[in-house]
Amino acid sequence: MDCVSTGGNVKVLAKAIHSLSRIGEELYLEPMEDGRYQAPPDQAFHCKMPIKSVQAVFRSLSSLERSVEKCRIQMNSEKSRLTITLHCKHGLLKTHNLSFQDCESLQAVFDKESRGNVLQAQPRLWVDTVLHFPPSLEEVCVSVSGERVWLKNHVEDDADPSRAMMTELCLSSEEFDHFAISSQNSITFCLKELRGLLTFAESSGLPVSMYFDDPGSPVVLSVSDSVLEANFVLATLSEDSHQHSHSNSKAERCKAQPPPDDFMSDDMDSYLIAMETSELAVPSYEPAPHPCSTNHRARLSSTRQEEEEEEEEELLDRPPSKKFCSLFFGSVLPASTQLTSQTTRSQEVLASDSEDEGEKE
Amino acid sequence: MPLSTQSQSESDEYILVASLDNARNLSNILKAISFKDHAIFNATQNGLKVTVEDSKCLQANAFIQADIFQEFTIRQDVIGFQVNLTVLLDCLTIFGGSTVPGVSTALRMCYIGYGYPLTLFLEEAGVVTVCKINTQEPEEPLDFDFCSTNVTNKVILQSDSLKEAFSELDMTSEVLQLTMSPSHPYFRLSTFGNSGNAHYDYPKDSDMMELFQCTKTQKNRYKMSLLKPSTKALGLSCKVSVRTDSRGFLSLQYLVRNDDGQICFVEYYCCPDEEVDEE
Repeated sequence: MDCVSTGGNVKVLAKAIHSLSRIGEELYLEPMEDGRYQAPPDQAFHCKMPIKSVQAVFRSLSSLERSVEKCRIQMNSEKSRLTITLHCKHGLLKTHNLSFQDCESLQAVFDKESRGNVLQAQPRLWVDTVLHFPPSLEEVCVSVSGERVWLKNHVEDDADPSRAMMTELCLSSEEFDHFAISSQNSITFCLKELRGLLTFAESSGLPVSMYFDDPGSPVVLSVSDSVLEANFVLATLSEDSHQHSHSNSKAERCKAQPPPDDFMSDDMDSYLIAMETSELAVPSYEPAPHPCSTNHRARLSSTRQEEEEEEEEELLDRPPSKKFCSLFFGSVLPASTQLTSQTTRSQEVLASDSEDEGEKE
Repeated sequence: MPLSTQSQSESDEYILVASLDNARNLSNILKAISFKDHAIFNATQNGLKVTVEDSKCLQANAFIQADIFQEFTIRQDVIGFQVNLTVLLDCLTIFGGSTVPGVSTALRMCYIGYGYPLTLFLEEAGVVTVCKINTQEPEEPLDFDFCSTNVTNKVILQSDSLKEAFSELDMTSEVLQLTMSPSHPYFRLSTFGNSGNAHYDYPKDSDMMELFQCTKTQKNRYKMSLLKPSTKALGLSCKVSVRTDSRGFLSLQYLVRNDDGQICFVEYYCCPDEEVDEE
């Protein structure tokens, strides 16, 4: 692979790398057939390297802007070496030879066009919205229905009620460049990755699109123009965990006011009733699953898990956070046998319990 | 000004008196060599030379000529002593070191002689502080035996371009390799770090290159930890001369302009880390 970018594009490339560095620790590079990349078919290979090494090359954005005229990236698969050459003013030439590891190609299984819900807005809108959440907040919940979008922080069910703060924003569909909602829905995903994309999008001035379906299936955040396309595919919390957090907030603290529009399904209602009348106490999210539920989970999770793993890889080596995993474990099944069958049907399990953790990346 | 109202008899006792209206003209340049606690002071009629050494492999010298000072009186041919440089700098900046225009700290530095402390009278906005810093027997500075007749390669660069390179140097590299050659790559700084290597090439016809006199290809490595402190001197300077001699010893000379536009010099001498076969 041998490619060159000039002038302002070098800064865009640098910003993309800085943005990705906020998501994961490794960078995967893959030359593609189209565009400026040249990848002879017999030399198709993929590489990964610590993102910090590449970041060091593009460390100072201001000096890049000031002095870099041209940036050339060459990949030498025989020597497992990536060479980045920066041609700067006054004839100064900076050459960085970075070693990389060969790896399998990463392919996230997603098709954003087939997502039922699409929101698109100028980066400024997303940035202004996200600004209201504390920097330490990990997960955000986006709910849509009809003509409105709500963003609120995802409060852990085991959080101390006296310390928990709920922030909720409501945006009208008119604020968006594109608003296509097929069904009322609510998804929860990591805010950190969204922030990472937004720093990149804001500097490039490109609108940010969000494609999503039901909770549990990935959300795709995307920016694109004629020369670049960025897709951030993130896992979302599955539906049963969602119901959990809502049911808990209702039963326990009565703090979170659900949005006036009812976007919960009928199955949810009966589940909630079961929760409120259950003999079992407030669920504790210890990773110690109920014995029979483990079997159920194992069966239900087999096919879903493969998909999850591929999505996880797309997150650049970072599996869904441990918090996500523990929420799955803590799923409470009421004692009553009638309700058991109903709840296991509506449950979508995405991860196996802690004993299988070793299988995951 | 209070500093000048010392009694005449006291002044007669000092073998060295140096005064500055703006103490920053001394403190700034001393900061450029302050990588170790102790400094050797050597005063002659020409001015002040302050030396700091590290590991017997690195030596930094700051030269402040006599005409930089508003008053420079010396009653001996050579005066030498050693002081704690960190303490000296703390005293010179005792009024905070803020750069409010028009306000500066005035300095009168006095030395009675061997066995006596170095006395500093500092004044700012009517407030006077007197500091007495203990002096020690001066150690003999290393003689790197670097003479201009032995110089193999020499370049003079404008500092700006080197500043950027030095700020980006891969600190995971133990050495900084310097290649100087009459042919490509002419002048190259290289690092060998954890993620790979990096090279910074300056062509001989670059407009940042003020002088290019290389007679022979030389590649020498110097410990990064020794050279990194020179970045401070580089930051203050507007020009730097880089010379290597036949043994591979490195001399870096920085031209520094102080607040009043006067010229001072800082130089660094460094031994090479290991023998590298010359091409």
